[in-house]
Amino acid sequence: MNADVIIVGAGIIGAACAHGFAERGLDVLLLDDQRGGATAAGMGHLVVMDDNPAELALSHYSLSLWRQWAPLLDEGCAYRNCGTLWLAANEDELAVAEQKSTLLDAEGLGCRMLSASAVHEAEPMLRPGLVGGLHVSGDGIVYAPNVARWLLAQQPQRIRQQHAQVSEVSGNRVRLCSGEWLSAEVVVLATGSARELCPELPIRPKKGHLLITDRYPTRLRHQLVELGYVSSAHSSAGTSVAFNAQPRPTGQILIGSSRQFDSLTPEVEHDVLARMLQRAIDYLPSLAQMNAIRSWTGFRAATPDSLPLLGPHPSQPGLWLALGHEGLGVTTAPATAQLVVNQVCKQPCAIDVTPYLPQRFASAEQPA
Amino acid sequence: MKRDVDLLILGAGPAGMAAAVAASASGQRIALVDDNPATGGQIWRAGAQAPRYPAAENLRAQLAAAKNVECFTATRVIAQTGAHELLLENPLHSWRIGYTQLILCTGAREVLLPFPGWTLPGVTGAGGLQALIKGGVPVRGERVVVAGSGPLLLASAASAKAAGARIECIAEQASLASLAAFALQLPRWPGKLRQAIELFDRHYQPHSHVVEALGDGRVQAVRIRRGSRLVEIPCDRLACGFGLRANTELAQTLGCAIEAQAVVVDNLQRTSLAGHFAAGECTGIGGNELAQVEGAIAGFAAVGLLAEAQALTARRRHWQRFADLLKRHFALDPELKSLPTADTVLCRCEDVPYGAVAQQASWRQAKLHSRCGMGACQGRVCGTAAEVLLGWPTPTLRAPFVPARVDSLLHAAALSSAAPTAVE
Repeated sequence: MNADVIIVGAGIIGAACAHGFAERGLDVLLLDDQRGGATAAGMGHLVVMDDNPAELALSHYSLSLWRQWAPLLDEGCAYRNCGTLWLAANEDELAVAEQKSTLLDAEGLGCRMLSASAVHEAEPMLRPGLVGGLHVSGDGIVYAPNVARWLLAQQPQRIRQQHAQVSEVSGNRVRLCSGEWLSAEVVVLATGSARELCPELPIRPKKGHLLITDRYPTRLRHQLVELGYVSSAHSSAGTSVAFNAQPRPTGQILIGSSRQFDSLTPEVEHDVLARMLQRAIDYLPSLAQMNAIRSWTGFRAATPDSLPLLGPHPSQPGLWLALGHEGLGVTTAPATAQLVVNQVCKQPCAIDVTPYLPQRFASAEQPA
Repeated sequence: MKRDVDLLILGAGPAGMAAAVAASASGQRIALVDDNPATGGQIWRAGAQAPRYPAAENLRAQLAAAKNVECFTATRVIAQTGAHELLLENPLHSWRIGYTQLILCTGAREVLLPFPGWTLPGVTGAGGLQALIKGGVPVRGERVVVAGSGPLLLASAASAKAAGARIECIAEQASLASLAAFALQLPRWPGKLRQAIELFDRHYQPHSHVVEALGDGRVQAVRIRRGSRLVEIPCDRLACGFGLRANTELAQTLGCAIEAQAVVVDNLQRTSLAGHFAAGECTGIGGNELAQVEGAIAGFAAVGLLAEAQALTARRRHWQRFADLLKRHFALDPELKSLPTADTVLCRCEDVPYGAVAQQASWRQAKLHSRCGMGACQGRVCGTAAEVLLGWPTPTLRAPFVPARVDSLLHAAALSSAAPTAVE
């Protein structure tokens, strides 16, 4: 045995799991090929999402864990409790905002409806004519790569990191590209590119584009998301864009979002980028004249029901999964770690894990 | 908006101007693009106090007379939008430009290495000080120290002196033996010898390098290591550059082969990519004479005037030997890698100390965890320093290649209907 636990993937999920296992006194070997995944590319938005009860339960639970970490994080982690402002451009979206408000209220999450004038007062950079919005106060932002680094630095005596590419996984054993086999009591797959190792997993890469501006005097205070975002986030084919803007602590504005199922190359696609930026300019007209300094892409690991796979692999004893978080990996990393670590250690979980068990896809495994 | 040309030339310094003039005889539609407000590049920079350069005036007059050459100054390349198509931006507009052939004359930039105090006001690059003086910054009566490496130090000191500054020291890191060997060869290039004699200054010190810039709020003195001795020289300005680095990023991003930090070209200045030529400093640092010859060869070759191009190869060989000599005798002393301390700022855009970067395994990891190179200069300064100090290769560019208006990127879409321009 090379460790108590081997974790494949040192993104925010792998790091949070390593941190969780180390806190229980287990020795962790963390393998990463340093190709960079969704943690390196993503926005770092901590957001409660409520598209279905399981998504709400997981993100709500995770946000409460984030708030426990918050005072401990170093400045490089760039945690800010900026809140999310969901924007309604028409009466239909306003109705969605009101439903959302009722739902979050019932969960005890702090939120309030804003009138058109209150939205404009909260964020004067927004175009006039929006009909209202919903402010969710507990949401925030982080710089995820440094949170991953911070998590690993908390238990240096328990966590060993190794730069290595895994070529094969078999139960509680992994084979490195060097040919060497490693084993542990438990192997946890925490990589969005897990399909290279387990082709049977129902994961598809969903490409996204992001763009960041130069530094400017602070103009935005909240993470801004259009209410049309949810339909974009959950479309299962084609390309969609939705307005999503984040104020970075540096005075930069980070712009999203796009979702594509049909593109596997990491290149920035100008047509998609232009559509995404046009959407952003529709909401923030003065953005058009601001300077962009960088654009990039990343891949979200999407499952058919938009919920992650957290639990034992359906047919490989010793192999555990902590992946498939789509766009919510950063938000749900602390909860993911708790749910996986508690299952492995046979301890009760704070929320019902049934909706996230990989087993739910096992019966429908036959190729369509 | 989209326009098409037969020949697109990127960079209007000596190479680009010579290329445009050479190619203009063909009658083809030619566009010459440069991000500076005027043609001339870094070496023939125009400005309030810029001297007149006869060679530049001559090329400018020929360009003005060539009706088939259109100059786009204050214009930057911000993205590649297709095969043989780039997105350009000027202060008012952005547009796509399609080309049949391209000549890259993207020049070089100064290598700025970090040392304690290098971010103090009053500290600039050696070429940087020259540019400031040409732009009209007054230096009359100021005490100036010039440091680093290469012939640019003497040129920079001469510019400062001509503008009324007092030169306190010119610290050249190359050894006396190396400089002597260089000087002995100079008679083969009489023009260069004459220039060296004209520019020479009694404060020129070989085997000397800056260790630290001192000052409270502004540079007040410089600590120089001269062999084994440390000396402190009071000054009002420090101009410090460690030679030049070819701007190869755009060529690399388009797919041209790069070797030894230079764009690879053949005897007709063709890169490894069909229809793409390169000339001047981006193919290796060689000075403006070599750049002009290479530019002319590329210009002739691109329009099919092969005899004219080949007629210039002997001249290019002559100046290439000079370039080789420079490279050999001004090679950077590995000791310079110990210039920065752990808390010396490496990335000025993001305020990242050298220690936070040096502990990382690669440029990519360093960017991810320290945010070095993530600012508006996109790592052109700190990435070049990291390349010298840590041996990390330069990554390819992603759009926008330089900071560009968000609005401009809308024009990158192939179908204009996909991204209507809503904002005037």
